[in-house]
Amino acid sequence: MESNGDDAARIVAELETLKSAKSDIDSRIRALEAQLRDLKLQKPPVSANGSCHSGGSAGGSAPAHGLSSDMIYRYSRHLLLSSFGVQGQSKLVKSSILVVGAGGLGAPALMYLAASGVGRLGIVDHDVVELNNMHRQVIHTEAFIGQPKVKSAAAACRSINSSIQVVEHQEALRTSNAIEIMSQYDIVVDATDNAPSRYMISDCCVVLGKPLVSGAALGLEGQLTVYNYNGGPCYRCLFPTPPPATACQRCSDNGVLGVVPGIVGCLQALEAIKIASAIGEPLSGRMLLLDALSARVRIVKIRGRSIHCEVCGENTTFTKEQFKNFDYENFTQSPLSAAPLKLNLLSEESRISSSEFKEKVTKGEPYVLIDVRPGHHFKIVSLPNAMNIPLSTLEGRLPEISSALKEEEHRRSSESSESPIVGLYVMCRRGNDSQRAVQLLQSMGFPSAKDIVGGLEGWAREVDPDLPTY
Amino acid sequence: MHITLEFGGGLELLCDSVKIHNVDVELKKGLEKLTMKDLLAWVRTNLIKERPEMFMKGDTVRPGVLVLVNDCDWELSGQLETTLQEKDVVVFISTLHGG
Repeated sequence: MESNGDDAARIVAELETLKSAKSDIDSRIRALEAQLRDLKLQKPPVSANGSCHSGGSAGGSAPAHGLSSDMIYRYSRHLLLSSFGVQGQSKLVKSSILVVGAGGLGAPALMYLAASGVGRLGIVDHDVVELNNMHRQVIHTEAFIGQPKVKSAAAACRSINSSIQVVEHQEALRTSNAIEIMSQYDIVVDATDNAPSRYMISDCCVVLGKPLVSGAALGLEGQLTVYNYNGGPCYRCLFPTPPPATACQRCSDNGVLGVVPGIVGCLQALEAIKIASAIGEPLSGRMLLLDALSARVRIVKIRGRSIHCEVCGENTTFTKEQFKNFDYENFTQSPLSAAPLKLNLLSEESRISSSEFKEKVTKGEPYVLIDVRPGHHFKIVSLPNAMNIPLSTLEGRLPEISSALKEEEHRRSSESSESPIVGLYVMCRRGNDSQRAVQLLQSMGFPSAKDIVGGLEGWAREVDPDLPTY
Repeated sequence: MHITLEFGGGLELLCDSVKIHNVDVELKKGLEKLTMKDLLAWVRTNLIKERPEMFMKGDTVRPGVLVLVNDCDWELSGQLETTLQEKDVVVFISTLHGG
């Protein structure tokens, strides 16, 4: 056993050394590649080749499209498209696109935009890569878990195409930095995951006059459209009033099938490429709705620019100053980052920490534990002896709680002479729904109901780190 | 009048998680046409099983819900005053924010 432990320690140490050496080599490679790019840029395009697949113009004059022979070979399948061709590719190579969010939508969008040869590709994100991102955020690899998404995504883009410029903006997009960042690009791709960011990015695009490729995905559905393009509507023309915060579901609560944002992100890349290269008909004034479950895609006609729009309307002037001072979190009543809500509905005596609850269980005190998560959550993981009564069904299932309490009391009183007091505890995933449930229970004749603070996540943090979290 | 109703973007959760409803809406006595205003009231009474506030606000849909009549934004056809025809398809879709 001991030598096993020694072996493991040796392997871990060697891995660390190798990884650090690899990272040094990677950054050296990137520096050299950048140097080489700069050198190539200083020479006229075609004469800079030296490779065996030059376009056949060696010795002749440089072509007017400005594509080097490496570019001609790399993008040859684009150039062979009569509707895209050298015109499309040279426009793309000269374009700049900003992708806000390197998550489920941003991942495929960034990979295709990098591969297609967008001249300058910006990435904004403040998050780090986590294991539960991997099923959909396919740009990130396991080696980057714990590292900033921007770093991971930029490394992936560079490894796909070292001939483009990838710009890292490792920060959250806010009204204080949005104008400065977004003004450096021709086109913006909204690949974020929350309502206030969507309003903020759209407003900033109006202020700066940039087209916006907007995508969203949740569960098994996706939506896509292009805003503020060629006289078309902006996000606020369509949604002048923000939805109630309770209507804004998040992937971390409601789940999302990984490939769904993947499809929408690919379509976002497509629309951005069409705008950058000036081909086809961008999806402006129309919206694509994807229902993955029934394999249906519908493209619907949406309203045009609203003359009454508070941001892009005819008689409105929404200035940069107004933008900078606008409170998007207050406007939408939801936070810019997708951090989970933390309610505090109950008094101290109606709450119990997971370690206190654990103590009671260990001491053998009688209790009934109600888990109010939806059934499909309960199937993932639950505590022993927990009864699953989802919050939505709680009101109709109170008799079950009464009989569980009686049963436990009966069982215990047969074991000892004293009549026991059976505790009633409620838990959920994070400790919000359990508070709502306790409020309901206390008003319906269960005054002693207590909520377990922090839910299963709290239990995993305080009591049992081996409990799976999701 | 036969109408096909579709709910999406999570709104289907308000009507037993069923997305597509083929319904027969009776015209009110003395009226010859069915407007979106009438249909909304009908949907609220007959299809919405829970949290009606997640579907409507006042006499119209809540903010963040797009209404499409035959694949076209109802803003372009007169919103609540849109007149419906036999076999029309009306879609209610909640805007998504996730990614």
